[in-house]
Amino acid sequence: MTENGLTIKRLTADVLIIGGGTAGCYAAITIGRRSGRSVLIAEKADIRRSGCLAAGVNALNAYLSDGHTPEDYLEYARKDAESIIRDDLVLSLAERVNTVTEDLERLGLVILKDQEGNYVTRGWRNVKINGENIKPLLAQEVSRQEHVTVLNHINITDLKQSGDGRVCGAYGFSVREKIAYEIRASAVLIASGGASGLYRPNNPGFSRHKMWYPPFNTGGGYAMGIRAGAEMTTLENRFVALRCKDTIAPTGTIAQGVHAPQINASGEVYEKKYGLTTPQRIYGTVEECRKGRGPCYLATAGISRKAEDELFKAYLNMAPMQTLKWLESGKGPSEENVEIDGTEPYVTGGHTASGFWVDTGRRTTLKGLYAAGDAAGGAPQKYVTGALAEGQIAAETILQDLQTEETEGRKDTNSCAKNETSPFRQYREYLDGGSFPVSCTQAEEAMQKIMDEYAGGIRTDYRYHRAGLLLADQRIRSLENLCKRLRASDTFELLHIYELRERLTVCRALIAHLLARRETRWHIFGENTDYANPDSRFDCYVNSVYRNGEFQMLCRPLVHDKGYSHTQEKILQPEVKE
Amino acid sequence: MSIHINQKKCVGCGRCADACPGSLIWLNSSGKAEIRIPEDCWGCTSCMKECPTAAISLFLGADIGGQGSELSIRREGTVSRWIMHRFDGTEKVISVDSRNANSY
Ligand SMILES: Cc1cc2nc3c(=O)[nH]c(=O)nc-3n(C[C@H](O)[C@H](O)[C@H](O)COP(=O)(O)OP(=O)(O)OC[C@H]3O[C@@H](n4cnc5c(N)ncnc54)[C@H](O)[C@@H]3O)c2cc1C
Ligand code: SF4
Ligand code: SF4
Repeated sequence: MTENGLTIKRLTADVLIIGGGTAGCYAAITIGRRSGRSVLIAEKADIRRSGCLAAGVNALNAYLSDGHTPEDYLEYARKDAESIIRDDLVLSLAERVNTVTEDLERLGLVILKDQEGNYVTRGWRNVKINGENIKPLLAQEVSRQEHVTVLNHINITDLKQSGDGRVCGAYGFSVREKIAYEIRASAVLIASGGASGLYRPNNPGFSRHKMWYPPFNTGGGYAMGIRAGAEMTTLENRFVALRCKDTIAPTGTIAQGVHAPQINASGEVYEKKYGLTTPQRIYGTVEECRKGRGPCYLATAGISRKAEDELFKAYLNMAPMQTLKWLESGKGPSEENVEIDGTEPYVTGGHTASGFWVDTGRRTTLKGLYAAGDAAGGAPQKYVTGALAEGQIAAETILQDLQTEETEGRKDTNSCAKNETSPFRQYREYLDGGSFPVSCTQAEEAMQKIMDEYAGGIRTDYRYHRAGLLLADQRIRSLENLCKRLRASDTFELLHIYELRERLTVCRALIAHLLARRETRWHIFGENTDYANPDSRFDCYVNSVYRNGEFQMLCRPLVHDKGYSHTQEKILQPEVKE
Repeated sequence: MSIHINQKKCVGCGRCADACPGSLIWLNSSGKAEIRIPEDCWGCTSCMKECPTAAISLFLGADIGGQGSELSIRREGTVSRWIMHRFDGTEKVISVDSRNANSY
């Protein structure tokens, strides 16, 4: 059907997976291997090279070796997160990180082994791999599943809900042709990753997309869930990465590979002064610079030429521009220390506990909607193997729920509202051929500037306070209105308008969360200058639900049980008021 | 940082356009690959790894220290040959075999 130049396609499947990244691919593989259910993966790019794994990864950062247990992993993650963590979620994924690693090896991933055939580990929770082709390997296994269909280059924008709020599908469009999609499904899994590009980046000029987190993971899943009324958790626990300056390449490979400590400009090792958790490492770097003792470096000068050659190769497998930078400048890490810096803040549930509030089976608070990977909250430090494990857990829950519903005789798609096609009307409006003096890029830069200046970006050394946050909220709201007036000449431009819309929604939610946690629990990630210290009254999850254009904030008690379901919940009194 | 597509080497197969995680590449009216917004490149090198003719190279923007050198890649079986064309005309090749894990 073609209306106003926009062709409409309607598709149906048992399961719709939004985002064919790490978690999404593995969920599809799990369902494909274990059932005959039809699965559609809707991916905005191409699953062979999309999301976090596009360039390759350096190591598998979550693997239990030397007799360590899931409980050990939980304690490590709890310490790093200063207790804001869900025991049930972390334990359930930690229980699976080793089996998914073995599966990756069967799929062809090269993992370093010793003479006895054991994986060579870096510390007790990290295995060394050649991770350059990890995404093509996953995509290949997806293509082996008979009942899994992949829709590449389809960007999903909105969830489809029935009258009672149940999620029964989604809407999206092709980023290449003027085709819009309505997809109906009995279960929908959000696996679209976290959100980058909310804040002004380290390199705001020509290299504006040289950021750590994929600039194409724009928080779409969060935004759709928020607008549909799903409960979100701990967005205020932002993630900032410690990176090689300019190239934003990982530092762990150098720090752990050649044991290079963090030093300031006078060569003093400062890392021990501030502590060794992820935020403390960045905090130390920021503090040294603030006190005039920067720039800061990883002390690599003096490593052997052989070690340097290994670093060149390791970086080519995950962040090639770092090797290019070394070679181009004529000075490798054996001659010159590597300068380091913190990135702009991101929201990502793979590193901190931000994302959808889910039960142990990864069900969100909306019926029919599930979340896994960086999109799901409550379980920080999940990394590649944790994202795979969550994809698997969500897939198992979906299969179980579909089975239960069938036994109970629920007629699924009938309850799905029929004529609810407002997203298509919006696509047409944006594509109506009109012009508007403000470009999408300008609006995006405006958003990043607001967040940078008033919501704790690089400019303020990640610090924020109430007055600034309120101003940020006001300005982000006005950008939301501006966003409606933008115009696109094709669906590639439409994609950028929708990415901006998603980011603005995530910014608003993030600001509401930053306002609600009136303490400083994590340096850098949540540096609230009105409340500079931790406060035990905030030993709780700060959650939010979006209703009628406003965020309702709630505080939930910490979960220490091995299982959590949405029915047994208790909300702490009094509610968090801003 | 961004990519540069050598129009003479490009055979218009479209593989890079499929691979880009940002859908940034398209085939222009002469059937050659073109990046629509160079500033939007993430530098992931997915397009370069797909290209059968090594037509695509990566460069660092001047804002992050680039001086005009370019990095390209040629895949030969499991071996990737990364070729650095330095701005001063010299060349350096580093071969990485995907059968070997990183030592770090
Ligand atoms: C640069 C980088 C390096 C890393 N290195 C390591 C490492 O060495 N070791 C390690 O263990 N972990 C590493 N991590 C972490 C790990 O890779 C991630 O936590 C994990 O891959 C996240 O999986 P995911 O499925 O949630 O997201 P992704 O794999 O990013 O998948 C999200 C997918 O959703 C798609 N998508 C987004 N929005 C939409 C939409 N609206 N419609 C349709 N599709 C959409 C995206 O294109 C993408 O394919 C790294 C992360 C990054 C960013
Ligand atoms: S390097 Fe990556 S982001 Fe840049 S054009 Fe190529 S595939 Fe796209
Ligand atoms: S992959 Fe190479 S040859 Fe094919 S279209 Fe792209 S640049 Fe041209």
